[in-house]
Amino acid sequence: MNEDTVIEAKSLTKTYGSAVAVDEISFNVGRGEIFGLLGPNGAGKTTTILMLLGLTDISAGEVNVLGFNPAREPLSVKRRVGYMPDTVGFYDNLTAADNLRYTARLIGFKPMDREKRIAGALDRTGLVEFADKRVGTFSRGMRQRLGLAEIVMKGAQIAILDEPTSGLDPHATAELLAIIRGFKGDGISVLLASHLLERVQSVCDRVALFSGGRIALMGTVAELGREVLGGGYVVDIEADGAGLAERLALIPGVSGVETIGIGKLRLHADRDVRPEAATEVVAMHGRLKYLGVQEPSLDAIYTRYFEARPDEGMTIKEGARHAA
Amino acid sequence: MRREGSAFSGLGVVMLKELSDHLTSVRMRVLEWLVVLVALAALYGAIQQIKDTTAEDPFLFLRLFTTSREPLPSFVSFISFLVPLMAIGLGFDAVNGEYSRRTLSRILAQPIYRDALLFGKFLAGLVTLAVSLITLWLLVVGLGLLLIGIPPGAEEIGRSFLFLLVTIIYAGVWLALALLFSVLFRSAATAALVTLGLWLFITFIWPVLAGAVAQVIAPPDPRYMALGLQTPATAETEQILARLSPSTLFAEVVVALLDPTTRSLGPIYLSQLQGAVLGAPLPIGESMLIAWPQTVGMIAGAILLFVIGYVIFQRQEVRA
Repeated sequence: MNEDTVIEAKSLTKTYGSAVAVDEISFNVGRGEIFGLLGPNGAGKTTTILMLLGLTDISAGEVNVLGFNPAREPLSVKRRVGYMPDTVGFYDNLTAADNLRYTARLIGFKPMDREKRIAGALDRTGLVEFADKRVGTFSRGMRQRLGLAEIVMKGAQIAILDEPTSGLDPHATAELLAIIRGFKGDGISVLLASHLLERVQSVCDRVALFSGGRIALMGTVAELGREVLGGGYVVDIEADGAGLAERLALIPGVSGVETIGIGKLRLHADRDVRPEAATEVVAMHGRLKYLGVQEPSLDAIYTRYFEARPDEGMTIKEGARHAA
Repeated sequence: MRREGSAFSGLGVVMLKELSDHLTSVRMRVLEWLVVLVALAALYGAIQQIKDTTAEDPFLFLRLFTTSREPLPSFVSFISFLVPLMAIGLGFDAVNGEYSRRTLSRILAQPIYRDALLFGKFLAGLVTLAVSLITLWLLVVGLGLLLIGIPPGAEEIGRSFLFLLVTIIYAGVWLALALLFSVLFRSAATAALVTLGLWLFITFIWPVLAGAVAQVIAPPDPRYMALGLQTPATAETEQILARLSPSTLFAEVVVALLDPTTRSLGPIYLSQLQGAVLGAPLPIGESMLIAWPQTVGMIAGAILLFVIGYVIFQRQEVRA
């Protein structure tokens, strides 16, 4: 395992009797990366997480978390990894700070360090004013934030989040995703499992699409889009400059330029031509207002993939129906 | 495969948290008040009875625990009835409560093993019961001193202290049973109902059933029946079966400890009575020796129930 990889799973398998819950999956998560483990309910995401944490036996394969084997060294793994389960639970009769205090004692932090960490974590997640309120009075969104506060308080190098946005309203989801993006800024790697593809797409650097215990697709959303939906890159650009469309059309790899509004152009290319496009705008003394690659939706990728291979797994909608 | 670190890392933290939860819970307060009020009523009845009927008794203080006055049963009877209820009340939702609150996987994702969580919960329950029983014991000793007006002797204090220890062990058996069912059943209500049902069966139905089952296993000898006597083999079988119940074991230990004249807890044959000074009290050590198998039986029962719960908990999938 190289030092930029924090999680490395090789042919990881989990069976319950004759039923295979996780079927020889392999993936890596890099340092500071947000990696999405996405798929319908019952696809094997939570089982994979439990194996990473040493909370369930591994039937076959290998896994390495921060250089430790979770089966043999679960305490070393759990000391460095923060975990927020699906619908995270806290002790309702205790305050937010007391719940964190209990976890901090279990980890073994010294009293002074403990209080400093708790205050910092509550501040980071916007829960300072609720520190002394009983968790029984908290909304679902606040509980999820407290779950993230626990990970911050722990000083985890990896955050494993299972369905973090499930059941949250759009505002609470946005707040939560902002905190998760902040983790990346702090160099914390995030493994995020969710069946709500469109909600987590924006924060994930790479994703693995799960189905029936297997990883069906893995890569960046743009890569998966090209692989499944076909076609090349679509680059949107908004800039000033006369004759810009003609200059951009000359960039190697660009197959067409389309005007989609005043000063707005859309490039169709067989590769990512954003660096060259920016260079052309600057060379023409133009003013670049926007430059971005259109990302396909994960929902569309997933649906298209399994429409083409109906025997490989359920669609997200079917998965949700089964779960209900 | 050897695991890293200690299995008991975090044990103290879990125990203190659970202890604090128990001692501040409404459930515990209700149970404590119930025990205290009922025990005081029994104690009052005992003191009235002692004043009315006992002229001189070398073990007057111990009579506080065993004497009853209609319609109230004795203090010991109350305790043997209420202690299981207290223990079940503390243990029936110990593990399944973590599942239903969805706290289990979050807690087990901290650097502790399941061992620490389960053992911490058991110890916290046992300490809570011990604190309650010690308080009750002190209350009885204090009130006994005040109301009887005669200080207890060292032997009486020793015997009543051993009674306290055995009662804590007895509570441990029921706590381990409640903990086992809290591991087995995900619903706290189911766990509570099954544990209470089993307690009712073991305490009230089994002693009656044991006699009937014993007659099937070792049919009575018609010669003994003709003399109006119980067949020894049948009596011994009945006793063995009855001793499967912790309530029977506890009752036998209590008799041996609180009645110093008790010389045997099984059937007594005439040959055993030769040379015995009937009614003469035994030293505390010999009484304890008589009660030792039953005490060890209760300790073994508690350990066995805890180990079964432990093994099942270790194999359970933690998803909540």
